Amino acid sequence: MNALIGSEVPHDSAHLHVSGAARYLDDLPEPPGLLHAFIYLSPHAHAAITALDVSDVAAALGVHAVMTACDVPGVNDVGPAMPGDPIFANWLVEYHGQSVFAVAAESLAAARRAAKLVRIEYELRQPVLTIDEAMDAQFFVLPSKTLRRGDPQAALARATHRLSGRLEMGGQEHFYLEGQAAMAVPGEDGDMVVHSSTQHPTEVQHLTARALGLADHAVVCQTRRMGGAFGGKESQASLVAVIAALLAQRTERPVKLVLDRDDDMILTGKRHDFRVLYDVGFDSEGLIRGVTFDFAGRCGMSPDLSAAINDRTMFHADNAYFLENVEIVSHRCKTHTVSNTAFRGFGGPQGMVAIEHVIDVIARHLDIDPLLVRQRNFYRAAPADVTPYGMILEDNVIGELVDALVVSSDYAARREGVAAFNASHTWRKRGLALTPVKFGISFTLTQMNQAGALVHVYTDGSVQLNHGGTEMGQGLNTKVAMVVAAVFGLPLHRVKITATTTDKVPNTSPTAASSGTDLNGRAAQIAAETIRARLAEVTATLFDVAAGDIVFADGEVSGGGKALPFIEVVRAAYRNRIQLSSTGFYRTPKLAYDPALMQGRPFYYFAYGAAVSEVEIDTLTGEYRLLRADILHDCGTSLNPEIDLGQIEGGFVQGMGWLTTEELWWDAQGHLCTHAPSTYKIPTCRDVPADFRVALYRNENHEETVHRSKAVGEPPLMLGISVLHALRDAVAAVGSGPVRLDAPATPERVLMEVEARRAVTIVARAAE
Amino acid sequence: MTVLEWLRGPERLRGSKEGCAEGDCGACTVVLAEPWQGRLRYRAVNACILFLPELDGRQLITVEHLACETLHPAQQAMVAHHASQCGFCTPGFVMSLFAAFHTAPVTDREAVDTLLAGNLCRCTGYRPIVEATFAACAAPAPDRFSVTEAQTMAELQAQRKGSLALLYGERRYFAPETKGELAALRLAHPDAVILAGGTDVGLWVTKQHRVLDTVIAIGRVAGLRDIESRDGVLRIGAGVTYTDALEALSALHPSLGVMVTRIGSVQVRNSGTIGGNIANGSPIGDMAPALIALDATLVLRRGDERRHLPIAGLFLAYRRTALQPGEFVERIDVPFMPEDAVFGVHKISKRPDQDISAVCGAIRVRVQEGVVTEARIAYGGMAGIPARAVQAEQALVGRAWSEASVRLAMAALAGDFTPLSDMRASAAYRSVVARNLLLKLWLDDAA
Repeated sequence: MNALIGSEVPHDSAHLHVSGAARYLDDLPEPPGLLHAFIYLSPHAHAAITALDVSDVAAALGVHAVMTACDVPGVNDVGPAMPGDPIFANWLVEYHGQSVFAVAAESLAAARRAAKLVRIEYELRQPVLTIDEAMDAQFFVLPSKTLRRGDPQAALARATHRLSGRLEMGGQEHFYLEGQAAMAVPGEDGDMVVHSSTQHPTEVQHLTARALGLADHAVVCQTRRMGGAFGGKESQASLVAVIAALLAQRTERPVKLVLDRDDDMILTGKRHDFRVLYDVGFDSEGLIRGVTFDFAGRCGMSPDLSAAINDRTMFHADNAYFLENVEIVSHRCKTHTVSNTAFRGFGGPQGMVAIEHVIDVIARHLDIDPLLVRQRNFYRAAPADVTPYGMILEDNVIGELVDALVVSSDYAARREGVAAFNASHTWRKRGLALTPVKFGISFTLTQMNQAGALVHVYTDGSVQLNHGGTEMGQGLNTKVAMVVAAVFGLPLHRVKITATTTDKVPNTSPTAASSGTDLNGRAAQIAAETIRARLAEVTATLFDVAAGDIVFADGEVSGGGKALPFIEVVRAAYRNRIQLSSTGFYRTPKLAYDPALMQGRPFYYFAYGAAVSEVEIDTLTGEYRLLRADILHDCGTSLNPEIDLGQIEGGFVQGMGWLTTEELWWDAQGHLCTHAPSTYKIPTCRDVPADFRVALYRNENHEETVHRSKAVGEPPLMLGISVLHALRDAVAAVGSGPVRLDAPATPERVLMEVEARRAVTIVARAAE
Repeated sequence: MTVLEWLRGPERLRGSKEGCAEGDCGACTVVLAEPWQGRLRYRAVNACILFLPELDGRQLITVEHLACETLHPAQQAMVAHHASQCGFCTPGFVMSLFAAFHTAPVTDREAVDTLLAGNLCRCTGYRPIVEATFAACAAPAPDRFSVTEAQTMAELQAQRKGSLALLYGERRYFAPETKGELAALRLAHPDAVILAGGTDVGLWVTKQHRVLDTVIAIGRVAGLRDIESRDGVLRIGAGVTYTDALEALSALHPSLGVMVTRIGSVQVRNSGTIGGNIANGSPIGDMAPALIALDATLVLRRGDERRHLPIAGLFLAYRRTALQPGEFVERIDVPFMPEDAVFGVHKISKRPDQDISAVCGAIRVRVQEGVVTEARIAYGGMAGIPARAVQAEQALVGRAWSEASVRLAMAALAGDFTPLSDMRASAAYRSVVARNLLLKLWLDDAA
């Protein structure tokens, strides 16, 4: 294998990041005549608009255009999969923060000032805000689904032990550091170029065309890089881009729209919060005999991507466990809140939190270490290797991986250490937990598992590469450039990746579902191999050897004892009129999934991992610290271990944040009150333990992915579940009985549960 | 106009990013260098809530300025340790590292956590940034700034030309140099906004989009940034920043120092002032409960008249203070800890660093022969103003300083406050944690 693959080259933009020279959307040079846009947000969660008069807004100083629902020339909707997300509210607002109209003015301040001059009247309606309210009203954005295997009811009835309960988990704000942003530049003949901070340039292109009443060929969407995305710019970038384009079309001037942090957090969707009801039957060893789940996810006011997200919740309610008799019901609740959307894990984490909760409940009921219950329920040899949706695990390593982590993390000794600490401390308690991750890799909508790339070799021997994926910090461009450089045997700096643009590679899928490298890396590899085969033919003729004997390495092309620099071969090819450019196309093999039955093979393969977390809580205040975390994660054969480590550590910390300090809080009127970092608390440096031991699990992808690597974007997020369980373990050290600790486990939730357990203990003591 | 708007707008320097416009994410971190006690002092601040005139007399260093043919060690370390992913927060981290490189190179993890508390990263999980910080600080060789320090000092001092008075239409910005000038300006413009560090006032502009007609900036008033201990009293000028007060406050009591390092972040503490935290009358300012418990006195000045007000008397109602028109806080006098005093202060927030308190509690009891002779217990976050817990105090006075007495005070506390529920905490949690804080502070003392 080429030495480049598996090497730890830095991110291709690192030198630009550190010098402030990396351009994000709001840093792009501004074309002359640029106008700035502002969106007016609904102040109510649910109301009919009975009067809307924007004449004063339009007449205000510096204003060039105002657009409402009736001014959209094409379709007034940016719903990604199905309609339901109006660009501008028509007569109904269905969440606090919904876009009602937009202004383009000579400055952002002028646009913002003008928007206040609107005359608008509402007739307030009763909003449905919570999951419980939606479930009571049977208010859904999409029909409920059920996935069943075996006879769970009979298994529950027969089981030695049976427990049921409820848990809740909150949503999560993406908090990409760069907010949503777009700039639209009108061209000749009604054409439009949209620069967008998006994970899905093709969708921005298509939705812009639809809203502007243009054909797709008249719109180009370009994305150089995003300042973070995490799923938050998969569908949510479209609204901002389309509004900028609408205003640009109307004014015939370039228009920029950059959401400030508060508007961004109020206007755009988040991770779905969930309520889960479960009923589980198990034997005295903790082996699950039957289990039912009732998932109710808060989708918000529209379907957005909720169908696939909630499906993925169902697909991950097993996590790494064989559930022989199981029923998974999923309700997609409609509420008058922002439409929830993709977020790293895409519903999978919520499914995993649910099953991990059930495992923990079983272990505490039987008074055995939850790790043992986990291990006893792991997928294992046939017939215990089939998921509830009928996919056979061909690459299962969870047992070995966890065994290795138990040793490397010194789990057994630390379990004793925690017990000893808790026995000798009254007010401080420690907790330890190991949780596994098994995450399915592929878009569950099979058609999305395709990708294209375009590779040019220039006559100076340099290579320009374009693919359909987008760079959001994950190092996709670095990895894909490594793959292409390896094909040609060139040093990395001879390969340059340019901005993702819909006029180079069309009809792309979003950079999502952890699929960026799997799909685009393969497409780019295929494009490069096509050119390499042509160059090999040329060289073979020159050297008078078979093309199969030609080798590309170290900047040289060699065979039959002869060698030429790469550049000489390229020039020879040019002289011989050989095409030095190629597209590449890839579609994921083996997928065979029937969405109607929810059966088959939705995933190409699985990524595995596990984490051990140890926490200490202060039982007087609920405050806590993560003392140590150990992670072992499977990236297959890593293309770039440092980049993969970055994804693992960053994912773990983001998952920990979701389940601990990141709390979204709405008031009784449905106003989001946590809409800035002053009130919404993502982890800081101090929240990450100094003792943080992360290793890659030595493995090779069972499937033929690019250099046998594995996707790594989403799976590590779910390693953060170990922190929630360590907190449960610590709380359990006070008093007795089941632990009630919903997520996020803020200091408040920790303390209130500790207090409740302590009160029960005192009552129990008094009774004695 | 903020420094960030100016940099990204007219100056076309777009390396500094806007991530929140409220001083909480650090993506806009820049470094200010100013002459201080014969040297240049480098301080990281948030450019998003720093008003442009505040630059007067200071050198502004942004991420674009660091590299000179090669990357600065702070930048090199970030590249070498794979410490950037999306890169949007990176310029801010680089500037925090650069400031540490020039001031107090960090050597342990605790110090790195403190250094970086004001820089949010959503991608990396921080570990590579921590390693980059150690690497950058391990090699604090002279850079282009240290070699030209004397010249920069001379230029800055030459530029300093007395008080500032800027007029822009109907709007006025004053930066007086003496207390006398300040007193006169305050009297002449009783409606003016007094700008100290701007960590709160900045948000009125960037978040509430308010237009400030008249601003009196106190940052350069001689004597207002003085802090001195004399006659058993710590005298803190109203313009003293948290950073500058930290050492003296830690000397008063270690728990006070710990609490102060949990207020905001390095960037916020470099700008924010103790006086501002008090004078804005916020119910959740963290200094107020501590200063009430410490029996601090405010020196208020109006024209040439001065009056002394026990600090608890300042707070009348939510964001309403006893300051008269034309009056301002000149100084805060904090008596030294009496020999027989037991003191503790602790803030409760969702996240340990850079978070606003749900509750902040402070207690000072004086104990003679095992009996509490005086008790001062004060809380923030429990009412519309920072306030004393009178019933809890009464429960302690005259009783033995023991867990049993503390438990009586805990029970009595229920009568002192009826807190509210909001996004930071529920009323129930506030009540429980406020109660438990008494026990925690007692246990800390017993330990």
